[in-house]
Amino acid sequence: MTSTVPKPVSGVGGFLDDRFHGARGMRVFMRKIFPDHWSFMLGEIALWSFVILLLTGTFLALFFVPSAAPVIYHGSYSKLDGAEMSQAYQSVLNISFDVRGGLLIRQIHHWAADMFMVAIIAHMLRVFFTGAYRKPREINWLIGVVIFTMGLLEGLFGYSLPDDQLSGAGLRITEGVIQGIPIIGTYGAYFLFGGPYPGTSIIPRMYILHVLVIPGLILGLITAHLFIMVHQKHTQMPGLGNTEKNVRGQPFFPYFIAKGQAWFFFIFGALVLLSTFAQINPIWLYGPYTPVAISSASQPDFYMGILEGSLRMMPAWETNFLGHTISWSVLIPALVPLGIIFTGMAMWPFFEQWATGDRSWHNINDRPRNAPIRTATGMAAVTFYGVLWAEGANDVLSNNLQIPLYTITWISRFLVFLGPAIAFMATRRICIALQRKDAQELAHGYESGIIRQLPTGEFIEVHQPVSEENAAVLAANKPLPALPPAGTEDENGVPAPLGTGVLGKARAYANRGFAESVPPETNGHDDHGSNGHGSNGHAAVTAGHSPEELEP
Amino acid sequence: MSDIEPTEGPVAPHRVIGTPPAAPPMVPAQVAEGEVLPGHIPADPEFTEHAKNAERVVAALFILAFIAGCGFIAAYVGIQVHSVDQTLRSNLALGTSLSVTLLALAAGSLIWVRHVMPDVEMEEERHDLQSTAAERAAFQEYAVEAGRASQVGKRPLLRRTLLLATAPLAIAPVVLLRDMGPLPGTSLRQTAWSPGRRLLVYGTNQPLTPAEFTSPGSMITVVPEGYQDDLDALAKAAVILIKFAPGQLDGFPTRTDGSTVLGTPNWIVDNMVAYSKICTHLGCPVALYEATTHHILCPCHQSTFNAAVGAAVIFGPAARPLPQLPITTDAAGYLVAKSDFNEPVGPSFWERG
Repeated sequence: MTSTVPKPVSGVGGFLDDRFHGARGMRVFMRKIFPDHWSFMLGEIALWSFVILLLTGTFLALFFVPSAAPVIYHGSYSKLDGAEMSQAYQSVLNISFDVRGGLLIRQIHHWAADMFMVAIIAHMLRVFFTGAYRKPREINWLIGVVIFTMGLLEGLFGYSLPDDQLSGAGLRITEGVIQGIPIIGTYGAYFLFGGPYPGTSIIPRMYILHVLVIPGLILGLITAHLFIMVHQKHTQMPGLGNTEKNVRGQPFFPYFIAKGQAWFFFIFGALVLLSTFAQINPIWLYGPYTPVAISSASQPDFYMGILEGSLRMMPAWETNFLGHTISWSVLIPALVPLGIIFTGMAMWPFFEQWATGDRSWHNINDRPRNAPIRTATGMAAVTFYGVLWAEGANDVLSNNLQIPLYTITWISRFLVFLGPAIAFMATRRICIALQRKDAQELAHGYESGIIRQLPTGEFIEVHQPVSEENAAVLAANKPLPALPPAGTEDENGVPAPLGTGVLGKARAYANRGFAESVPPETNGHDDHGSNGHGSNGHAAVTAGHSPEELEP
Repeated sequence: MSDIEPTEGPVAPHRVIGTPPAAPPMVPAQVAEGEVLPGHIPADPEFTEHAKNAERVVAALFILAFIAGCGFIAAYVGIQVHSVDQTLRSNLALGTSLSVTLLALAAGSLIWVRHVMPDVEMEEERHDLQSTAAERAAFQEYAVEAGRASQVGKRPLLRRTLLLATAPLAIAPVVLLRDMGPLPGTSLRQTAWSPGRRLLVYGTNQPLTPAEFTSPGSMITVVPEGYQDDLDALAKAAVILIKFAPGQLDGFPTRTDGSTVLGTPNWIVDNMVAYSKICTHLGCPVALYEATTHHILCPCHQSTFNAAVGAAVIFGPAARPLPQLPITTDAAGYLVAKSDFNEPVGPSFWERG
C-alpha cells in the first residue's frame, strides 16, 4: 500500500506492461475472488488429474512402441520368456520391469485416468444438483459433457494400447459393436481395423488418437471451460451476504493460487500413494493378446462399466429385415443408455428453461432440496446409471453375494426401469419434506435437544432461533412463479407463453412440477393451514409461546 | 414441539448441512499497526504467535519434502530393476519417497495459506454479462454494414460458385479415408477351415486323434493347421472341441430351417462336437464350460449355450447358437474339418442375412 514497490514488481511488471498493457488486467486477475466451498474442489481434481496424465503420459510415450508387429519375448519377466507378443505389449513389459520408475509412472497414469473420470462425474453431479449450469453457464455445461465423452474414449483407447489379454477383450467387443451397426457396420470395422480383426493397424491408430487428437481436444476444451468460468465468475452457495450481484471469497493471488498448489500436490501425492501400494492393470499377469483366449471375470475400467452392464442385461433380440440382420441385443445396449444420459445432460438446461420459463441469470446455487424436480431427475439418472453399472459386475456380485448370476441379471432388467421411477418419486417427496422442515425451522427455530419441564409438569423441547448465517441459507428457497394458464393475458396484454397444443400441455404439466415448492413464507404449514399461523406476516422468530400454542 | 426460546441458557451447536460454518466478518481483519481499508489485504495475520508456530511446522514439512525428494533420486540411482523382485523394491522406494515429498509439500502449502497468511474475505461485484443496448446496436450496425460491403447478399452468383468450389474440398478428407482398410466383401463369411484341414490342439499345436481325447466332459480349444499363429485367422477360426460321455448326445437335434440353426448329428465324431469359439454376440472367446450341465458360458456378457443341443442359446444377449464345425477323421486317423462353417461365425452384421 504505502511501502516501496519491490524491483521484480516494478521492473518485470513494467517491462511487460510496456508491451502488453497488462497492469490493469493483471490487477483484476490477481484480485479475482474465488468463492470457497468443498464441492468447488471436485472439478479441480479433474483438472489436476489431467495435468498429471499429461506429465506421466509424456514419460510413457518415450518408451512405448505403438506397433502390433509380432516379437518373441526374452526380457526381464521370465515367466513370459519365449512367448510371442506384439511390440506394444513387449514395450509395456519393458516399461514395467526395465525402466526405473516405469512401473510407478504407468500406475500413476492409470490411477490418474480413473481419478479424472471419477472427478468429472462428481463435478458434474455437483453442478447438476446445485443448478450451477443455469443461465449464463449452459455453454460451459455442454463443454463439460463433451469432455466427459472424450474422457471415455480416451480411457478406452488408453487401456487398449498395451495389447494385453484383458484390454483385447474390450477391443473385440468394440469391434463387434461397430460391426453390428446397420448398413455401414462391416465397412466401419474394416476401415477402423485396416481389414479383418485384429490386424496390425489398430494400435498405431489408437495411439495417435490417444496421445494427440483426443488429449488435444480435451486440453482445448478444458482451457475454454476455465476461461469461461473466470470470465463469468464462479457461482457461490447461498449464504449471508451472498447475492446474485456479488462474489465473496478470497482473491486468486496469493490465496487461491496457494490453495490450488496444495490441492495439486495432495492429488498427486494421493495418486502416487495408490500407485505405490495398490496395483493396477498388471498386464504381465494377463498375458499378451490373442483372440482365442480370455480370462473369467473380464471387467473394463469403471467408467466403461455402464456399457458392459447394458450389454449383459440385454435379452437376445435380433431381427431379420429384408434379408439383413439387425442385432438389437448389440445396438440397444451400446447406444441407448449412454445416449439417454449424454443427450439428457446436454438438453437438460434448455428443457428446464422451457419448462420454468425462467430466463434470468443465476449466480447463487440452489440447494438440491429447493429444486425437487431437478434433484429427483438427477437421482433417477444416478439410479439408472448405477443399476447398469452394477450389472456390469454381475459375475463379481454373484460370486460375492452367492446369488445365481441369471437372477441378478433378471433383477437388474426390472430394476433398470423401476429403480429410476422409485428414486424420482422418493427424492421429490424428500425434497419437499426438507423444504417444509427448513421453513419450519426458520419460523420456529431449531430443535435444541434441551428438554425443560414446564411448571405444569409437562416436558418440552426448547427451540432456539437459527443464527443469522443459517437463516440466510434457509431463506434461499426462492420458488419460481408458475406460468400463467394458456390463453390468458397479463395486465399489459402480453399473452401467456404456454401454447394450447400437445407441446403446450406438456409444458404446462412440467411447469406445475417445477413450480411446486414450500417457500419460507409458509412457515412450513403449506398443507395444513388451520393451525393458527397465517401464511404471511408471521414473525419469523418470536419468543415466549405458551404451551397451548404447541404444535400437534 | 415447542416454539422459539430466546437464547438464554445453553445453546446447542447448529449448522445447516451443506453450508460453510459461520462466515467471518466481511471486512478484513484489523492489523496491529492501524486500520486496513476495506478491500485491502492486511500485511500480517491477526495472531502473530500462532503464525510463528505455523511457520515452523511449514518449514519442517518443506524440509521433510526435501529429504524425501533426495530419497527419490537416491532410490532411482541405487535400486536397479530388471526382475520382478527388484521392480517391487524400486517401486516401493520411489513411490514412498515421492508420495512423502508431494504430501509434505501439499500439507505445508495448505498450512501456509491457512495459518500464516492473514485471513481475509473479500467481495467483488458481478457486472452484467450482456452488453449495453448501445453497444449491441453499434455491433449490429457494423455487422450489417460490413456484410453489405462483402456483397455476399447481393451477388448470388459469387455465393453459389463459392459453395460449389468448396464442396469437393469438404468431401476430400472423407474420400482420403478410403484406404484405411479393404472392403469387407465376403470375408466375414469365411474362416481358415477347409475340407481335410487338421485340428491342432491350441497351445501345443499337435494334431489330434479321437483316441487321444478320451476324457468325457472336458473341452479343449483347437485351431486350423497352418494358421496357429495367425491372429487374424484365429479371430474367426478358433474352435472348441467338447467330448461327451457315450449316450449324452442321443437325440442331438438336427438342422432346422428358420432363424435358429441347431447342430447336425453327422458332424459328430466319437462323441466329440466342434463349435466356433467366437461368441455370436460380440466375438469374445466362449471359454467356460460346465461339464455337468453342458453349458458353455461367454465370460464377457454371459451368453450361455447348451453344448448338448447344438449350442442353443439358454441365456444372455447372444441371439444365435454357436456355429458347428463339421468334423471327421482323415486316412491317418487325425481329426480334420469336413468343410468350413456353413454359416458366418461371430457377431451379427448387416449383410449376414
